Amino acid sequence: MNWEVAQTLLTTMWRIRGVEEAIARRYPAGRMRCPVHLSIGQEAVPAAVAACVRRDDYAVSTHRGHAHYLAKGGDLAAMIAELHGKASGCAGGRGGSMHLIDPAVGFMGTSAIVGNSIPVGVGLALALQARGGDAVSLVFLGDGAVEEGVFYESVNFAVVRKLPVIFVCENNLYSVYSPMAVRQPEQPGIAARVGGLGIAAYSGDGNDALACLEVLQAAFARVRGGDGPAFVEFSTYRWREHCGPHYDNDLGYRSVAEFEDWQERDPVVALERTLSAAMAGDWDGWRRDTRAALADECEAAFAAADAAPFPEAATAYVGEYATS
Amino acid sequence: MSAEHPTETRTLNCAEAINDALATAMAADPAVICYGLGVTDPKGVFGTTSGLEARFGAARVFDMPTSENAMTGVAIGAAMGGLKPVMTHQRLDFFLLALDQLVNGAAKARYMFNGRVGVPITIRLILGRGWGQGPTHSQNLQAWFAHVPGLKVVTPATPEDARGLLLASIFDPDPVVFLEHRWLHATRGVVPHGVVATPIGQARHVREGADVTIVAMSYLVAEAVHAADWLATRGVSVDILDLRTLRPLDWPAVFASARRTGRLLALDCGFATGSVAGEIIARVAMECWDALRAAPRRLAMPDVPEPTSPALTRGFYVRAGDIAAAVLEMLGHDATPARAALPEPQPHDVPGDWFKGPF
Repeated sequence: MNWEVAQTLLTTMWRIRGVEEAIARRYPAGRMRCPVHLSIGQEAVPAAVAACVRRDDYAVSTHRGHAHYLAKGGDLAAMIAELHGKASGCAGGRGGSMHLIDPAVGFMGTSAIVGNSIPVGVGLALALQARGGDAVSLVFLGDGAVEEGVFYESVNFAVVRKLPVIFVCENNLYSVYSPMAVRQPEQPGIAARVGGLGIAAYSGDGNDALACLEVLQAAFARVRGGDGPAFVEFSTYRWREHCGPHYDNDLGYRSVAEFEDWQERDPVVALERTLSAAMAGDWDGWRRDTRAALADECEAAFAAADAAPFPEAATAYVGEYATS
Repeated sequence: MSAEHPTETRTLNCAEAINDALATAMAADPAVICYGLGVTDPKGVFGTTSGLEARFGAARVFDMPTSENAMTGVAIGAAMGGLKPVMTHQRLDFFLLALDQLVNGAAKARYMFNGRVGVPITIRLILGRGWGQGPTHSQNLQAWFAHVPGLKVVTPATPEDARGLLLASIFDPDPVVFLEHRWLHATRGVVPHGVVATPIGQARHVREGADVTIVAMSYLVAEAVHAADWLATRGVSVDILDLRTLRPLDWPAVFASARRTGRLLALDCGFATGSVAGEIIARVAMECWDALRAAPRRLAMPDVPEPTSPALTRGFYVRAGDIAAAVLEMLGHDATPARAALPEPQPHDVPGDWFKGPF
């Protein structure tokens, strides 16, 4: 196997999980005064996207967007500062966890409204098409967004205009606490249904980073080649509560057996097993060094956020328009 | 922005002026695109988009799926990607499907992302009254848009401003809701050539007067002028302000006129409750109380949906006669002569005889 690719994937996954767990650990202290939607358990998909995406591609995402922001190359320190409401935050403290942005790397924003960013990503693809070249626009969404009318409108237009857009759907089975059974027909699955709209539709195991990469490489190749949009569905699972740092198996909306089944298939552990076997004697040292560097980066981001000044209260009344 | 022929003018109607503004903007800037349902169809949205596809190509001028919400989001994304989209809707009412994208997206982006991104889009919404359009084809919901921080809302009343405000909207760095009244499409006026923009946020002083201030918007400016012409024959002079922009609103102009006359009549083509006219009366009462010589008044649409049958809309719309009567009453005069001199035209659900149809 190709070590380097697997190392890249695993590094991204460690980085995302490490950051999300650090947020969860520190959240109860009350210095991050905004809702947070963590991606712990869902790291394989953004890691695989990170391995395919280029800086000149665009991306938009959702309320659960930390991992996508990092996958697209977003500034970690600016994200952590944003969660703390600091002036150095990626949105100056005006957006919080659900409104992340880093235009320098083409990450054009996340939205707290389910489905809201989907057509924006399609519009970015329209701008790319007008510009020429092979850059693509990525739209991250969840299974709940597939129930919004705007999703179908957006896919339809992308197909009509053959736009360079890839819809990446992380199906984690729950819309807050509402299970699939009350929201969507069991058959056919999301990818098959969406494929009926005339878009190239793919699906894959969101717990297997290498499999995610393979599926995404096919989708990226198609879209970069000018053959029109693609939709990719990955099965995945959110380990923590919908919003916040805790586990919520006590609520009873999903079973402990289901949770444990997904946790046993932890995408991080799965790739660690694969890579450690392949790397043999090289594994321990690489793992130690990589994780130490990631931990340092994460600690530095939190330290910088803690030390950064808050925005002045008076600035809340400035910036409605470009000229005010 | 430089004008090609800044001193030359010609006479166009509002629809032609809008068409000319679109063509002028697209010729001036390749980033401008124009789309909407029917934009390229044989009728070209009452002629406002006719000929644009032939001149600028199908990549920049195109018809669209019947997907108002997503296509508004597409405009937002396209704008973030460097384009300047102009989206057109044949009725404001259809656009209500897109309020999520407008309010949660376009209006918030600049502020919410701390100025790191802007959304230079123009949303053309055609509104109106009468001609049997009924409850869901006639709504004047400008107050909704004017309520939302981050939006700009313009309401041209003349061909010159339809052209100038559309050019200003297209080249504005922020989202603009451009509200064009169907009853104005056929009105004619002198307009310039070139990229001559009407500044957003500046009211127009239509007429100088001493007795009563009339603050008007959109089509009601024409009714106000008609009323003022008759009032002048009675020795009553009114100060008429055409707001032109509802957000950001030109408060200094409103306050200055209200202070000068001490009497305020606010006209609104939308429903009375929660109207822009109500906001104007509130602000004038708070800011100019000491200068007021009479209680402010408002003329707006009744607080019921607009019915379809012409039998049900008799006396329903704000007309010159209503305006003149209100002015006389505010001055303590008998309003009966205004009603007699300016009766509701017959038929009542079309513009009066001072208009050049058809529509």
